[in-house]
Amino acid sequence: MNNSQNIIARSATTTTPPQVRSHVDEVAKLIDVSKCIGCKACQVACMEWNDLRDDVGECHGTYDNPTDLTANSWTVMRFSEHETQEGNLEWLIRKDGCMHCAEPGCLTACPAPGAIVQYANGIVDFNSEHCIGCGYCITGCPFDIPRISAKDQKSYKCTLCSDRVNAGMEPACVKTCPTNCIEFGTKEDMLARAEKRVGDLKALGFRDAGIYDPAGVGGTHVMYVLHHANDPNRYSGLPKDPRISPLVGAWKGATKPIMSAIIGITAFAGVIHYMTKGPKEEPEEQAEHGQDDVPPPHSLGYDATRPRGEDR
Amino acid sequence: MSINVTRRQFFKLGGAGLASSSLAMMGFAPEPAEASIRQFKLTHAKETRNTCTYCSVGCGILIYSKGDGSKNVEQNVFHIEGDPDHPVSRGSLCPKGAGLLDFVHSKGRLEYPQVREAGSSEWTRISWDEALNRIARHMKDDRDANFVQRTAQGETVNHWTTTGFLAASGSSNEAGYITHKVVRNLGMVAFDNQARV
Repeated sequence: MNNSQNIIARSATTTTPPQVRSHVDEVAKLIDVSKCIGCKACQVACMEWNDLRDDVGECHGTYDNPTDLTANSWTVMRFSEHETQEGNLEWLIRKDGCMHCAEPGCLTACPAPGAIVQYANGIVDFNSEHCIGCGYCITGCPFDIPRISAKDQKSYKCTLCSDRVNAGMEPACVKTCPTNCIEFGTKEDMLARAEKRVGDLKALGFRDAGIYDPAGVGGTHVMYVLHHANDPNRYSGLPKDPRISPLVGAWKGATKPIMSAIIGITAFAGVIHYMTKGPKEEPEEQAEHGQDDVPPPHSLGYDATRPRGEDR
Repeated sequence: MSINVTRRQFFKLGGAGLASSSLAMMGFAPEPAEASIRQFKLTHAKETRNTCTYCSVGCGILIYSKGDGSKNVEQNVFHIEGDPDHPVSRGSLCPKGAGLLDFVHSKGRLEYPQVREAGSSEWTRISWDEALNRIARHMKDDRDANFVQRTAQGETVNHWTTTGFLAASGSSNEAGYITHKVVRNLGMVAFDNQARV
């Protein structure tokens, strides 16, 4: 499957990946929170397609099950009860999962080359073979999405079903959604749909309805339609203005080049020391061997049992 | 031009190469990063259309099984998703339908008729013929014993009130019509189906 998609960004790598196939539309998943009934079909379809099964959890007195994302639950419904100023109760249900940011904090923070890649269609994907399990992606993520598996110490999250999308299909959660709450298409088309829906919601009296496509991370390829876009925090802590943590900027911006320089200088000093002082000499011991142990010279090409003398 | 490299020098060169490639591991130089897209798992799977068993909505499903049906192959269902061509569900499935795969492979799934005799705590397997005969026998005995032909007012009725019937939910109009005719003809009054979720 190599080069099946243009890779536009790759963690901890400075060389340019092959990018000639540029005629790729950006895709997006649109989650209309105002249509969600919290049935969790998306959670089930996600697990089924991705061959995951999470542990049977415990009831915590809410509908949240599981209560948080895990390495096996790449999407979860988050239920929050909000009391309005008029004293009405709003039951806000948000499908949580990777937002597939245009400027992914996980990818910026990741120190393992190629463990996180971003395709030209906007999908941010984890390449688990290269993951070293450091957890920097969790620190880097403004939405706190990736989770490290206790089984293999590797990080996992929603792939936006990159395998399905690559085969021309929609993500599993999108297909199964019975209420048409999750939609999929090009980012352009999804924005158009979202705008239409926002107009409908405003006509219904939701004056603050709007699209959640935060500019702080360059926009996302998973967008929400919110009835209260002025206060995303109401939806189980969706950040109002998500940004990549300044710690990640410091690590990638200043610390890493300085530390790289120090390592380089140390290596260079070692070379200079070797050139001026020469290698450390150890008295070589002459091992003794019986003639029986020596294999015939023609079978091995060289005598592996003899000490490696300077004169060879 | 020839370079005379002694054996020891050759190993030193190799060591230097190893050290620089260790630096590469720490992110100083790129290693070939492969695309991480998982191989599409439905390629060449056998696709079978069917109807979800759960409720009376009767959503269309696509069942994907391994093997192309050759005589040496045992088919195995490994994925189920919605049928986009089905007029009712148009590809969507509720959480129960989306999880049908584990329903198919459930250890607790009933695959054949079983009977637990009165006073016994064990279920024993019986054949379909045996099961149908037993059910018919029980129905006949119960109807003969409790059938109401006349009410207290002397009206002629067809009432069998001691047995009820629970019909399937995922039946077509035709199957539902026939079920209704059979059940009502027998005089059964308690009659329901799982037409709700």
